[in-house]
Amino acid sequence: MQYMMMFFEPATTFAERDDPSRAPDYWGAWKAYIDSLVSSGAMVSGNGLEPPSTATTVRLANGERLVQDGPAAATKEQLGGYVVLDVADLDAALTWAARCPAAASGAVEVRPVMPSPSA
Amino acid sequence: MNRSATKSEVGRATDRLVRLAYARLVAWLASEWHDVAAAEDALGDALRAALEAWPRTGIPERPEAWLLVAARRRLLDAVRARRVRAAAMGELESLAEPAAPAPPPVPDRRLALLFVCTHPVIDEGVRTPLMLQTVLGLDAARIASCFLVAPATMGQRLVRAKARLRDAGTRFVVPEPDAFPARAVAVREAIYAAYGTGWDALGTTDPVCRGLTDEAIWLARVLVETLPDDAEAKGLLSLMLFCESRRQARRSQEGRFVPLAEQDPALWERTMVTEAEALLTAAVGVGDAGRFQLEAAIQSAVVDGARTGRPPRQAILALHTALVAVAPTIGNALARIAALADVAGAEAGLAALTALPEATVATYQPYWAVRAHLLRLSGDEADAQAAYERAAALTDDPAVRAFLLGRTSH
Repeated sequence: MQYMMMFFEPATTFAERDDPSRAPDYWGAWKAYIDSLVSSGAMVSGNGLEPPSTATTVRLANGERLVQDGPAAATKEQLGGYVVLDVADLDAALTWAARCPAAASGAVEVRPVMPSPSA
Repeated sequence: MNRSATKSEVGRATDRLVRLAYARLVAWLASEWHDVAAAEDALGDALRAALEAWPRTGIPERPEAWLLVAARRRLLDAVRARRVRAAAMGELESLAEPAAPAPPPVPDRRLALLFVCTHPVIDEGVRTPLMLQTVLGLDAARIASCFLVAPATMGQRLVRAKARLRDAGTRFVVPEPDAFPARAVAVREAIYAAYGTGWDALGTTDPVCRGLTDEAIWLARVLVETLPDDAEAKGLLSLMLFCESRRQARRSQEGRFVPLAEQDPALWERTMVTEAEALLTAAVGVGDAGRFQLEAAIQSAVVDGARTGRPPRQAILALHTALVAVAPTIGNALARIAALADVAGAEAGLAALTALPEATVATYQPYWAVRAHLLRLSGDEADAQAAYERAAALTDDPAVRAFLLGRTSH
């Protein structure tokens, strides 16, 4: 089964990325996590995302085009990256989610990936 | 009778009762009724009724008996509604008769319930959750968090487990002597799994998950009380008390992880250690030493070593070797290798590590922690760093992760 883990982080955690005193720990934990996902064979794909301040959101409402700076939803925790993993079941996906650095600082949402129609 | 009971007093009294009596009442109702789910529902209704009635009427003199009568009435109502199990009606009606004299004290069927929850018809992975819900009354959503399972999934597993028990016609009794030893293993394993889950949750602030260690110790006490001749039950309780005695020492005041070798033995709970030693002494010599007695003996040796500053490494290795013979799990094999390295050196430990099955150790966190430690001791710094990173990535405890990543930056 494929699941997507979506990593939600608060602003304080996003700030660690560029803070010289904290960035090594931040990136060190992520590198170790992604490396272990890869070496376990569970990793299908994934990416980190630039911070939510770099986001642009587009809406077409009643024929009107609305383009806004910033993320789609103004929530305390914002999407910071994602991984698609292939594991036996949801229990296994949750085990990986709990190990993720974002689980301690923010939240990890786990969702089944829809099977492709041709499959 | 206390006529002036306030709502909060009633709430507190009910809470206390739930903690103390829940298991006994569920056990008794379930054994009468052969249906754990129905017994739980009925008791739940009875507790709700108590919360409504007691602020008006005062807390009854024998609240347990009150709850039992109320719960039986619910069960009876359910029967009337479903019009099944007609044969049991007469007996239940007389039991539920409100004018009948107060029933005798609820007999202690908790032990039987522990055996039911760990029955072979129940999947191994569901036994501990079922025990926590049925014997201790923990709610399914909290249990799900502790076991890192989706709440909906855990709910389904528990419902299915209870349906299996009912459909299999499981008897709510302590097994006969011929079946007893094998079934008792399952009870002890389930209790220890609850302890392990609580132990792993030290890094979280979740009081329910952290509290599982206390719950497991309480269950083991029930086991020791009700099975005074069971040496392994004493071994289990002894082991858990040894571990529990170090709770405070496992974190610094700033919340940092402190490995066993760096803990301050003065912080170990002396009363727990004393009790653990006494239990171990009482267990030893009664039959063969099972895994829990061996593990408790290892703990005892570790405590002794910390006290004297001279850990009995050979004795500890011998105990680990005996433990692997009795219980050849990956965890026990790994612990033995760590003990072997203490005696024969890091290279010997690393050589032994290669014998462990690769597929199993790939995501087994303790393996990478031990490997990293031994690689560093042997001077293989590059591989040690990589192994520390791997160990850090495989823990879900942020304090342990920070500790292990701290070991990579030298």
